[in-house]
Amino acid sequence: MKEYFVKYMLMAFALSSLFFLFLIFIFILFEGLPLFHKAGLKHIILGSKWAPTKGSFGIFPMIISSFLVTFGALIIGGPMGLSCAIYLSEYSGKRMKMFLKPALELLAGIPSVVYGFLGVVYIVPLVRDYFGGPGFSLLSTSLILGVMILPTVISISFDALMSVPKTYREGSLAMGATKWQTIYKVVVPSAKSGILASFILGMGRAIGETMAVIMVAGNALRTPLSILDPLRTLTSNIALELAYASGDHRLGLFSTGVVLLIIIMILNYIANFGIKKGS
Amino acid sequence: MKAKITVKDLEVFFDKNQVLRGINLSINKNMITGIMGPAGSGKSTFISILNKMLEFEDNVTIKGNVYIDGVDIINSDVDQVELRRKVGTVFAVPIPLPRSVFENIAYGPRLKGIKDRDELFTIVKESLEKAFLWDEMKDRLNTSALKLSGGQQQRLCLARTLALKPEIILLDEPCSGLDPISTAKIEDALSDLKKEYTIILVSNNTKQIARITDYSAFFYMGNLIEYGPTEKVFTYPANKKTEDYISGKFG
Amino acid sequence: MRIKPRIVDVFVRISLNLQAFFTVGILAVIVAIIFIKGSPYINLEFIISSPQDMGRHGGIFSTIVGTILLVLLSIFLATPLGVGTAIFLTEYTKESVFTKVIRFGVESLAGIPSILFGLFGFIFFVTKLKMGWSLLAGVLTTTIMILPTIIRTSEEAIKAVPRSLRIVSYSLSATKWETVKKVVLPSAAPGILTGVMLSVGRAVGETAAIIFTMGSSLRMPLSLMDSGRTMAVHFYILAREGISMENAYATALILVLSILSINILAYYIMNRVISKFS
Repeated sequence: MKEYFVKYMLMAFALSSLFFLFLIFIFILFEGLPLFHKAGLKHIILGSKWAPTKGSFGIFPMIISSFLVTFGALIIGGPMGLSCAIYLSEYSGKRMKMFLKPALELLAGIPSVVYGFLGVVYIVPLVRDYFGGPGFSLLSTSLILGVMILPTVISISFDALMSVPKTYREGSLAMGATKWQTIYKVVVPSAKSGILASFILGMGRAIGETMAVIMVAGNALRTPLSILDPLRTLTSNIALELAYASGDHRLGLFSTGVVLLIIIMILNYIANFGIKKGS
Repeated sequence: MKAKITVKDLEVFFDKNQVLRGINLSINKNMITGIMGPAGSGKSTFISILNKMLEFEDNVTIKGNVYIDGVDIINSDVDQVELRRKVGTVFAVPIPLPRSVFENIAYGPRLKGIKDRDELFTIVKESLEKAFLWDEMKDRLNTSALKLSGGQQQRLCLARTLALKPEIILLDEPCSGLDPISTAKIEDALSDLKKEYTIILVSNNTKQIARITDYSAFFYMGNLIEYGPTEKVFTYPANKKTEDYISGKFG
Repeated sequence: MRIKPRIVDVFVRISLNLQAFFTVGILAVIVAIIFIKGSPYINLEFIISSPQDMGRHGGIFSTIVGTILLVLLSIFLATPLGVGTAIFLTEYTKESVFTKVIRFGVESLAGIPSILFGLFGFIFFVTKLKMGWSLLAGVLTTTIMILPTIIRTSEEAIKAVPRSLRIVSYSLSATKWETVKKVVLPSAAPGILTGVMLSVGRAVGETAAIIFTMGSSLRMPLSLMDSGRTMAVHFYILAREGISMENAYATALILVLSILSINILAYYIMNRVISKFS
């Protein structure tokens, strides 16, 4: 009796995650979709003017901006994260690993508002002084996000590299290859799906980041034409206006949320299921 | 002589792989019955049927009847908890639970709902005495069981099983990892215990079977080749295979 | 001219070394800046007095209380749910379509960015369920957000408990739930605790999901229906609205120190577990 009760209670607990996911989808879609019907899909997705109180709901510049900062983050954080993962798995001694790995993971614990704040105080003026423009820019945002995705890229790439069998390395070294030749001809290719997954999850992290981006991106309502231009992403659009929006304006923010949700789901799906992670 | 366990036409399959083929035998009360055979002969599978522990494996099919005290445990709806209280097991490798010596032994009794500290202490003491471990443990009841030596751990596992107050004790190669002195201690304990319990001892060690069992069975590739009083099996084996095995030609 | 592989090897080794230490350096620099800029303004007064004049003066006491209430209540809800889910997935089912669907749900939930949790919490808890900006709405939103972390770490901790312990427990006449309760969970407890503490760290540093559900009232939250402000939200508002750089840095220092110490403790517990099992 008790055993059955426990079993079904635990099952209910397990189903709660699905239920919450379902609720999130339903409520964001329920609020966000009507405007697509009213204003038109094309108007929202491809429109370039966001003036929600005047009936313009174009979020095209924000979609572009979200992708730009995400790729910017990947260009900065991807190679660097992979390098760190390679160093950790192939070069560092056991004791070094015991120190470095937790230290790198602690980076993930720094709150995004702190990254954003330090970005405003140090990175933005730096960019303004050395490269010109307002400083609040694609470049500054990419730099901050690049650092923010490092823990994700490092830890998942590291796991992928560690799961490459030792015999692969030994075989290559025995044939006279140097350590680096072994790594980039044997180890990295064997771990490539896991590394790819780490990049995609890093992108998911970057495209979903909000508070840090609001603080350093400048939030201008147009498509950036250079890396020094300010921009506004999908996430910042929601966070900047949600507190006071009402009526169609609020629905417009939910439409922004719908687009973001769809992009995120696609990225997660690719990272978790589309790529067969080498295990 | 009274049969405690009767097995009829027992067949076991893992997927489509047959691991026991038409086993028939009766196991007597208050005796040590030895089960020997080379690896893969089905002897461990056989005893894990007796307390329904086989059900933790995937895709197992069991056919035939196994009667314990006249109740068919295969085809009737026996309560697994009750069955495991009646049929205790000691595994090949000693596996102490990560808690104190006392709490290891009190684990079973506590599950029965015994909470009284004095009552538990009495059970723990009795069980340790029966397993010839009380003298070594009486001052160490609160130390972690993980800190004991291998031989002590195995006797602890025996004591833990005894604390269930079972009627039947299954031992699956209990001495395989132990030194000769620890083995002797376990054997002494078993010879003493058969007065009260029905004991089934699986072993690869034919000398051990010859030393302490009353009846013995020889399993080979899922078949029961020979079964009878140990003295007879070891002096006049009816089957050539049995003779080869006990004389150490294979195994 | 072809560069000798051996020379490339040395070059690569140096370069990777530098990058790894550069990355750790970023952490060190962040912590150092916050510490140097924030520590002059931190004193007991700052911690135990509540903010005045939008946070321009006074301390951060009400935001510390807000943070602690939010985090404790969320953990209180999310831990049983998450650990229960992990037990169900590892002990009560075999891998099947059903578990795959649940895992898909957990993975998807883990990937949803906090602003969408904020958006959801705002429309569902705050608006539809009429909770308003309140501690309750913040707690429920945070609970859902940290659930996947607790599930995943608990699942790993439970899987690391040797199967033989379960078998022994069953052989000693324990039922499945008795085995889970008496053998599996005690052995997995440190690993589960690590997951819970990482979630605490996440919740303490979270802003986007909380600002739209719990709101940002500077008053001390005294009931579940009161709005309140966490340290992270307070820091965000101080910094973004340029209210007070001194107090912003001081708040950031307390925020970062508490998160780092929670996380370091979590890793310390995890390492002890790893060395215990190997």
